[in-house]
Amino acid sequence: MAVTAVFMLWLRDLVAVIMLSGIYSLFAAMIYVVMDAVDVAFTEAAVGAGVATVLMLGTLALTRQGTEKVHKTISWGPLSLVLVTGAVLIYGTLDMPRYGDPNAPVHSHVAPRYIERSASEVGPPNIVTSVLASYRGYDTLGETAVVFTAAIGVLVILGRRNRRQRKKAKREDAT
Amino acid sequence: MMHQKSVLRVVSKLLIPPILLFALYVQFHGDFGPGGGFQAGVIFAAGFILYALIFGVASARRVIPAAATRALLSLGVLLYAGTGVASMLMGAEFLNYSVLAATPLAGQHLGILLVELGVGMTVTGAMVTIFYTFAAQPGGDELPRNKQNNPDEGAKT
Repeated sequence: MAVTAVFMLWLRDLVAVIMLSGIYSLFAAMIYVVMDAVDVAFTEAAVGAGVATVLMLGTLALTRQGTEKVHKTISWGPLSLVLVTGAVLIYGTLDMPRYGDPNAPVHSHVAPRYIERSASEVGPPNIVTSVLASYRGYDTLGETAVVFTAAIGVLVILGRRNRRQRKKAKREDAT
Repeated sequence: MMHQKSVLRVVSKLLIPPILLFALYVQFHGDFGPGGGFQAGVIFAAGFILYALIFGVASARRVIPAAATRALLSLGVLLYAGTGVASMLMGAEFLNYSVLAATPLAGQHLGILLVELGVGMTVTGAMVTIFYTFAAQPGGDELPRNKQNNPDEGAKT
């Protein structure tokens, strides 16, 4: 994964970069499988490696820009900002409990209640589903609304132009 | 140009039905195995986008018109929120499915099924809508979009 990421930074050919980002997503999906999160892996493989790659290629075809612009000079301000942010983030991970630690806050708050009572309160054997759809129904409704909003946004920004052009083409056909 | 890639066409023809079937399995088996509405929607959309890539967006639009994906997009959210409103009308809190059927457990089961279906519909609708919108852009020549752009498109189907 690290190798793919470095190559993505290094290459200037944007088609190759898009392909590499798809490969990166596929690696990420494999990691999710290894960590037993099969449903997240589905999503990563289908969205990250599949749909996103297609959309990026589509964008590339629209903007007709094959290569990245090369900046010769190093801009120190942004570079130092990125380095400081990265260092702070890594410092933050030092406080995190170890992976699989049973005493981690995430395992001792509401999770035991879900695990103990989900079967009698909600029913489905898959606790993830009962948490997502029932206990956290509001969150999932919000997420669905976000997906909806995203599609509407794309339609508003790109779709209107399409329609105008189609109308124009029709008018030209008529004359 | 597209019709020459017979290997791609045959392989994708073999692959697409299992992909769509798997998406439906993930959708309706989500309460027993891994998966759920979001995953199912994404897989379904990916299978469909694969079809559009191989056989051209024009023939994909004949299978599912753009208006249908937009309707699917909104119906999903409506179904989700409608389930919540239905549970409110039947005397419980918003999105408390326990009252939807005779017993709380059956109600929860029904509610989750409906809600996941809503999520799946919205996600499929959103993905395909976004894809159509991108593909319909002028200059999206990599994705054949209409007859003027790709004269052999109409002849081959």
